[in-house]
Amino acid sequence: MGLREYATTEGGRAATLVAPPFLYALALLALPILAVVLFSFWTQDFMTVDTSFTLANYREILDKPIYTMLLGRSLMVSGIVTLVTVILAFPVAYYVSFHVQPSKKSLWLFLITIPFWTSYLIRVFLWKVILGYNGVINSGLVGAGIIDEPLSFILYNVNAVIITLAHAFAPFAILPIFVALEKIDRSLLEASQDLGESRVTTFFRVTLPLSMPGLVAAVLIVFIPTIGDYVTPELMGGAGGKLIANMIQTQFLQLNNAPLGAALALVAMVCVTAISLVFVGLNRRWLRGR
Amino acid sequence: MTPLIELKGVEKHYGDYHALRGIDLDIRQGEFFSLLGPSGCGKTTLLRTIAGFEAVSSGTIRIDGRDMKGVAANHRPTNMVFQSYAVFPHLSVAENVGFGLRRDPRSKAEKARAVEQALEMVGLGGYGQRRAHALSGGQRQRVALARALILEPKVLLLDEPLSALDKKMREQMQVELIRLQRQVGITFILVTHDQEEALVMSDRIAVMFEGEIGQMADPETLYRRPASKRVAEFIGKMNFLPADVRRDGGAIEVDVAGLGRGAIAAEQAPGGVPVGAATVGLRPETLAILFEGEATDRRVAEGVVDEVVYYGDMTYYDVRVPGVDRPLNIAMKNLIGRPVLDVGTKTRVAWDERALVLLPG
Amino acid sequence: MKKGRSLGTYAVLYLVFLYAPIVLLPLFAFNDATIIAFPLKGFTTQWFEALATNAALLQSLRNSLFIAVMTAIFATLLGMCAARAGAMAEFPGKKGIIGFVMLPLVLPEIIVAVSLLIVLRQVLGLNLNNWSVIAAHTLICTPFSIAILNGAFQNLDPSMEEAAMDLGESRWSAFRLVTLPLVMPGIISSMLIAFTISLDEFIIAFFLTGANPTMPVYIWGLLRFPAQLPVVMALGTILVTLSVVLLVIAEYFRRRGMARAGVKDTGGFL
Repeated sequence: MGLREYATTEGGRAATLVAPPFLYALALLALPILAVVLFSFWTQDFMTVDTSFTLANYREILDKPIYTMLLGRSLMVSGIVTLVTVILAFPVAYYVSFHVQPSKKSLWLFLITIPFWTSYLIRVFLWKVILGYNGVINSGLVGAGIIDEPLSFILYNVNAVIITLAHAFAPFAILPIFVALEKIDRSLLEASQDLGESRVTTFFRVTLPLSMPGLVAAVLIVFIPTIGDYVTPELMGGAGGKLIANMIQTQFLQLNNAPLGAALALVAMVCVTAISLVFVGLNRRWLRGR
Repeated sequence: MTPLIELKGVEKHYGDYHALRGIDLDIRQGEFFSLLGPSGCGKTTLLRTIAGFEAVSSGTIRIDGRDMKGVAANHRPTNMVFQSYAVFPHLSVAENVGFGLRRDPRSKAEKARAVEQALEMVGLGGYGQRRAHALSGGQRQRVALARALILEPKVLLLDEPLSALDKKMREQMQVELIRLQRQVGITFILVTHDQEEALVMSDRIAVMFEGEIGQMADPETLYRRPASKRVAEFIGKMNFLPADVRRDGGAIEVDVAGLGRGAIAAEQAPGGVPVGAATVGLRPETLAILFEGEATDRRVAEGVVDEVVYYGDMTYYDVRVPGVDRPLNIAMKNLIGRPVLDVGTKTRVAWDERALVLLPG
Repeated sequence: MKKGRSLGTYAVLYLVFLYAPIVLLPLFAFNDATIIAFPLKGFTTQWFEALATNAALLQSLRNSLFIAVMTAIFATLLGMCAARAGAMAEFPGKKGIIGFVMLPLVLPEIIVAVSLLIVLRQVLGLNLNNWSVIAAHTLICTPFSIAILNGAFQNLDPSMEEAAMDLGESRWSAFRLVTLPLVMPGIISSMLIAFTISLDEFIIAFFLTGANPTMPVYIWGLLRFPAQLPVVMALGTILVTLSVVLLVIAEYFRRRGMARAGVKDTGGFL
């Protein structure tokens, strides 16, 4: 079958239709990432780029403790944020899916998603207002006489970054878990109880394994993007709360060292991808091994 | 007279999968023709190649003498009633029925009149202004019919049009479709997996298996003289018995296991006359249980009741006859005074050689 | 059900956590004090008045609106292509291609920002302007458009379009007369979502914005000047209100689309 003929079949038409978004993503995502890879093997001195192949950038990342420290801290923060967000989100998703009347589910989802659609920068800044030295929590606690002096460990450090990110990514965690829970055939739960399991054991033997795809999606959709966020650490992290994304941003926009920035971005991305793949793999094995 | 629709060697392949293999078909003007078969047999694919939604891999389709190769669905003299009805939910009933009249040169008022007439024809007079998504399944079906018929196609294609309706509604629509077809005189091609529906409605039926036509005949021939075991199994119930066939000059003699000898006519072997080991078929209603005191001039075999299924108007018996490994299925009308026998009752079974069908293989 | 009740209490507390920061916005936007802290001082609308006279802010708002509108149009067009292709027949590599187009959904935004910056500035040597932001925003909004439009296209009975063709319409007019009206709610919903995302996006815009900053980039600058913070609060209040209104409209159209396609509503966005 010739190409021209193929284009008139259903499959051919679908392939033709998918071409524009595919080519767009190819041109603006795949090729640029390829360019990042190339750049990471080059060097730059102010405005001039030296295109001879070198591993200098990667060597520098390995040699200077600041980079590995930032990377480690970033991965840790992302990991904790993911854990906190998903654990906090699961009961909410479970409640909406299993205990809210079907007619009110949309309203709940709507309420959950609305904060997510309000300006991210301003939301982060508002957490500063809440957690700050003269912030809502401190003035409230001092006013109530619970503490004498404002707490200082809740702003300008890693804790503040974690709280703010956990808030920002909440809907991202709730939605996939909710979708997975909704897909569970309710008669499966009745079947499990009919076969002698209690509500609690039914949850662990039926509900939880069946909601795993949603949980995995939630974990990935929170873990991966948090690595790339430099707004929250910049505003909330203080000196000790900076993350790898701040360093990437600095290399690109302030130090004009695009090759080193590119190498840092790639290393961060590879780490995130590797951890994600390991997580997905372990999860699959756990599900199968049961 | 040349047929209205003429299919020659039509094949349809999806990669290695052969959905249609060498279909030859002639359908006459004004005929109610059915494509009958189990799901996946290619009947819907065949209908869609006639409608122009699927291109044939090889072979030709002619409608009214014109080769349909390269003619798109919107330029073919066919219209279709879809299985899902595909009534446009964003339009009113009248807008749905008038959808195909967009390029019609008639005036608006004339078109409106045509729409109303079409709606009356399907029993939906006065429904024009209703929203389509507020209609019941049966009403949607009628809208889909009116929408197709208003264009006066040469052929109306119906893809399992009754499968989404409940039993009562289905039976009512069967009668209405027959009436409608006689009234408009348009050729109907119906796709169905329901053998009863095909028997009730059609002038002729093509039974399809795995992309091929197994047999093409009028309903009575198809029922009484199936050409193969497969067709016989698919349409109605049939007892299959091993038999030995001998030809003696013009006469065909069969020795049926468990029942005995009989002579059959050539027309009782539509699939050809094999010699030696063969299979014969007997419909349950051509067999009869002889109740106590009943006499018959037909041939008789002895048996024991193995299973009784009571249907109200009928009772189906499975009767074990020595020499046959599967019990004979017998349908008896529950006439006044007839008892329903118990399992284990010894009984006599009357059979008739004229009801035998000789099947190849 | 006892279990349901304690879960419900938890869910409500969670909502309080979600809304805690946003509730503060209007409080400080109307608070008659330069310092963002409790206790509140008094009611004023001066911060909103200051907004209206801030030329640089209005310019950045205009930029952001232009970028958001363009992004909404391009992302929805690309999303329609992909969603329709996804609802149509199979073709080789379909899953991989659609998955690739959806990739920006799970990619750290900084990667998108960095890679586009390298290509535009270093490889192509172009100057950054609104169009560089539009290009990047279209890339990250397309997956959202696809997700929304997938619902619209997959709920569509494929025989609808065939029926229109069977009744004499060409492929294109069948699409225009039947499919387009039926998926229109999804299209509007997709455009509103893409618009909202683009209007609010900062991480990428900060890298790719040209001489004229977008509104979030301008706000970022303001955050460093304490005296400007109440103005930011006023702006935030307006933005939140605008987002909620747009979302309500988007949700309304999405549900209407579901109702049109005769599907029972099963959930929200994504």
